[in-house]
Amino acid sequence: MGQTLRVTVNGEARTDEVEPRLLLVHYLRETCGLTGTHVGCDTSQCGACTVLLDGAAVKSCNMLALQADGAEITTIEGLAPEGGLHPLQTAFWENHGLQCGYCTPGFIMAAAALLAENHDPSDEEIGRGLEGNLCRCTGYVNIRKAVRAAAQAMREGATAPIGG
Amino acid sequence: MIPAAFKYSKAGSVREAVAQLREAGPEAKVIAGGQSLIPLLRLRLSQPTHLVDVNGVRELDYVHPEGDVLRVGALTRHSTLARSELVQRHLPLLAEMAAQVGDPQIRARGTLGGVFAHADAAGDYPTLAVMLDATIVTDRRRVAARDFFQHLFTTVLAEDELVCEVVFPMAPGPHRYLKFRRRLYDWAIVGAAVQKLDSGWRVGLTHVGPTAVRAAAVEARLLAGATFQEAAGAAAEELDPPSDVRASADYRRHLARVLTRRALEQAA
Repeated sequence: MGQTLRVTVNGEARTDEVEPRLLLVHYLRETCGLTGTHVGCDTSQCGACTVLLDGAAVKSCNMLALQADGAEITTIEGLAPEGGLHPLQTAFWENHGLQCGYCTPGFIMAAAALLAENHDPSDEEIGRGLEGNLCRCTGYVNIRKAVRAAAQAMREGATAPIGG
Repeated sequence: MIPAAFKYSKAGSVREAVAQLREAGPEAKVIAGGQSLIPLLRLRLSQPTHLVDVNGVRELDYVHPEGDVLRVGALTRHSTLARSELVQRHLPLLAEMAAQVGDPQIRARGTLGGVFAHADAAGDYPTLAVMLDATIVTDRRRVAARDFFQHLFTTVLAEDELVCEVVFPMAPGPHRYLKFRRRLYDWAIVGAAVQKLDSGWRVGLTHVGPTAVRAAAVEARLLAGATFQEAAGAAAEELDPPSDVRASADYRRHLARVLTRRALEQAA
């Protein structure tokens, strides 16, 4: 039943046998053990499962794992070197950009894709860039503040953005 | 939610995709971006026996201006269309629509051809195709957009037929697409598209029936010299819109009139 999937996850090349119906999010969580990518709505609306696929933000619950064959995937675990924090992670922490934190990995990955393209987004551009992600407790004001702060930190050269 | 089991194969060319579809039989389906199909698989509303993945058919990812038409490959993704300088120059309304499909994650995966093959009543591009008389090119024939869409989720495509390209007339003039929705990333409850051509205005409506609609009555009134307000009043004539959890038929008629007027005002 299994088919061969060759994929690079957070810099590590992997080869796995997977069932065609396995969704990318379940591959990441269950096969790779990377549980930072969350399953939220299960209807491809909330964006909690957002990861980077060759640098573009995608919803990993809305892709088959086999469709990622040959691609490079970055999850929240791979955003910063082991033990460190990416400027976005620091900024979400410092600006209270989360409360329960369930949606946070998805927001951070969507924001990472946005900042890789646009180093100084306006509030409106941040809003547009994150329209595929839902937060049900913090609200969006501090999330926007966090993305602005991270953009500034990254412009000042704190850390090179992933895929940037 | 986990999809039912299916077989999966990858195609590297149009010929391979069609051969695989033929071999896999009538319950096989094409998967391109998958942004509409995968939710249906997860809900088990769709249970194909075999998926033919066409993401590797790179020959279908292009935007070619040619004479007075813009040829767009079926595998071109929404994010590419939204950013394409060629689209912005020759058919900016298509770029405007592409930028309003779903959300950034969905635009990064979803494809032009997928929208045509899926034929959701709330799809955006079919409205543009129908109002501008675009042509859908498959692996075996060319079909006018008005003949391509038959009903909700139903097109003239045979089970083993692949959408390869959509040919739009170039239209660089004033235009606007307005989508009314409760949430930014959602499908249009109703959408209105307007495009000024040398011959007059073209007007199209999204999600006011099982397939996209060209608002010929509005176009005729404009040609006869009516104001935008007067012309837009005809937008709901001959419509038989659906009533659903999002909007009643009457509300959709109201939205058709209001959005058409606003789109004309904003485009002019």
